[in-house]
Amino acid sequence: MTPERILPFIPFMILLLPLAGFVVLALFGDWIKRDREDRGAAYLACATVLGSFGLSVWSVVSLYRLPLAEGSPRFFMPYLGFEWIEAGGFRVPMSLLLDPLSGIMILVVTGVGSLIHIYSLGYMSHDEERVRYFSYLNLFTFFMLLLVLGGSLPILFVGWEGVGLCSYLLIGFWFKKDSASAAGMKAFVVNRIGDAGLILGMILIFHSFGSLDLQDIVNGAGSLVREGFGEFGVITAACLLLFVGACGKSAQIPLHVWLPDAMEGPTPVSALIHAATMVTAGVYMVARLAPLYDQSETAMAVVAVVGAATALMAATIALVQNDIKKVLAYSTVSQLGYMFLACGVGAFGVAVFHLFTHAFFKALLFLGSGSVIHAMSGEQDMRKMGGLRAKIPWTFWTFVIGCLAIAGIWPFAGFFSKDEILIGAWNAHRPILFGLALFAAMLTAFYMFRLLFLTFFGRFRGGHEAEHHVHESPWSMLLPLVLLAVGSAVVGFLKVPHILEPVFRLPAAHSGHPPFIPLVATAVALAGIGIAYYMYLAFPDLPARVASAFTPLYRLFDAKYHFDDVYSWFTRKVVIGGSDAVLWKNVDAGAIDGSVNGLASIVDGFAGALRFAQTGLVRSYAFLILGGAVALLGYLLWP
Amino acid sequence: MIPINDALVLSAILFVIGAFGVFLRRNVITVFMCVELMLNAVNLSFVAFSRSLGTLDGQILVFFVMTVAAAEAAVGLAIIMALQRHKETLDVDSFNLMKW
Repeated sequence: MTPERILPFIPFMILLLPLAGFVVLALFGDWIKRDREDRGAAYLACATVLGSFGLSVWSVVSLYRLPLAEGSPRFFMPYLGFEWIEAGGFRVPMSLLLDPLSGIMILVVTGVGSLIHIYSLGYMSHDEERVRYFSYLNLFTFFMLLLVLGGSLPILFVGWEGVGLCSYLLIGFWFKKDSASAAGMKAFVVNRIGDAGLILGMILIFHSFGSLDLQDIVNGAGSLVREGFGEFGVITAACLLLFVGACGKSAQIPLHVWLPDAMEGPTPVSALIHAATMVTAGVYMVARLAPLYDQSETAMAVVAVVGAATALMAATIALVQNDIKKVLAYSTVSQLGYMFLACGVGAFGVAVFHLFTHAFFKALLFLGSGSVIHAMSGEQDMRKMGGLRAKIPWTFWTFVIGCLAIAGIWPFAGFFSKDEILIGAWNAHRPILFGLALFAAMLTAFYMFRLLFLTFFGRFRGGHEAEHHVHESPWSMLLPLVLLAVGSAVVGFLKVPHILEPVFRLPAAHSGHPPFIPLVATAVALAGIGIAYYMYLAFPDLPARVASAFTPLYRLFDAKYHFDDVYSWFTRKVVIGGSDAVLWKNVDAGAIDGSVNGLASIVDGFAGALRFAQTGLVRSYAFLILGGAVALLGYLLWP
Repeated sequence: MIPINDALVLSAILFVIGAFGVFLRRNVITVFMCVELMLNAVNLSFVAFSRSLGTLDGQILVFFVMTVAAAEAAVGLAIIMALQRHKETLDVDSFNLMKW
């Protein structure tokens, strides 16, 4: 079939498959479970996402077979044929947008998503509520695909809220545990703050463009007047408001606090939602609106600084975490910071490149940590692990590849994308941001190898009983690990920034490639690995001495820069305390109740005076009726 | 043929007598009869207009008024019976419980 015949409907099929999976599981899940010895539901969920992956590949291939005139952008907008909203000048058609950017995103979402579904077969095999788990996972896949395929901001927003909902449901999957349901609520509330910014940004964009269609915005942005640094016009305001939304979803300062807590969810969920796909939605959105962001230097600077600060801060916190998943969570926050740094220095393609490689190696690391946790029968504290290298060799070797990839060692994927980000920062003449990114890269290498050494090397510290139980995971968990390890090793060779260049429609940047940067980056990564080796393998008593030598710093990192404490204080004292003292006792009890009661007492006063007209005497009523009739007639008949 | 003015003057006199009866008499039954008188005064003017204009509208309306009056008489007399049994009087001014 020709691409013109395929593209109008296949992208909708990509969306509908996981949705159908969700609906079937939600309605008939129990029946499937009983009928097929508990495996049917899980297989159905995997099949829908694998089917989506196949269709995604097909539609991306079709996109590249579209006959195009020279120089015209490569995109296709499948349209369902009707409007979702039509109110006055406000139109939201039911249309999707397929271009190289959303093509890469759907391949990541369905590809990595399929592997994580398969992994969940093994990981969740002991859980009572598998059917609910897989139905949520399918629903998430649907919303995430809607987010990246949506042809206009409102449709993107539906996906955005949908993935937030699924994130909440899956973080609180084990809702009988208090900490899990609290973490779910925290994620939901923090995301709401960001979403408010996103809505306001959308309103501002509609106000200035008259359309929320992504193509209209991208086309219109080029003709706007560029707002320089320090100017605060409507573009800057819109970009910053949208960036608030991105901060919430992608866990940037100051809205990053929910992501580490989100690790209460099952580990495959952490891999899929909180590492590979959902948390990168903010980066996707900023990259999607790249031409708009490019018109505001202030917004770009804010994005870059927030990104760099987050990258550094999260990396320092990751240094002192003992929970294996918490390390990876802060590492994710840090890597997302890298992506925003790349956006902020104008290297949007590079940001998506890092998103792409990060999806592979971070999913690999999370699934690997899940395999470790599975082997340790639920233990997550690295201080109780050690020496697992020989007992779970498949997990170990894939984990090593993941660590090398994230640390940025050639030829693994992270090397290429991190290198490009550093080059972007250098070419944008931002030496401070470049330095911060380089330092964060060293910290990244350090904490990842600290994790590796603590978990897989040395002696086993979990006691004899636990040691006896350590076992390698089933094939359904190892297969995704191996495939992701292969991906982490090779995807760096794809020239993603080059593929994406036409999407952003930016004037060609001066693309120097200073040869010393890869060397410096590698040296820094090796230094980080070396320090980790020195501290955790060669001299295991050194970390405690270092911690006591830098006590204030250690305390700061350990307390996560007191963000949670400050928010907690603010909520308790200002929000709840203020509501209690001012809003409740004065505004509600005083003004609102007072005005309602006052109105009632005015009515009561009048009624008290007027009620004496009710004499109870029939003749007085009759007299009043007659008087009224005469008065009315007199009024009407008066000449 | 009787001029319409004469009929209307008679109708007005009957209506005023009825109205005064309603306001001045104390016996409930008398008041009730006066209400009937007022209704019939109106009937008279309807018929007079009907005759002078040569249409049937007024006569049809009179039938409606008579039907309503009959129904009202039935309900009204039943209420008066109940009041009489309850209070052992027919004085209108003694039925004044429905007040402030």
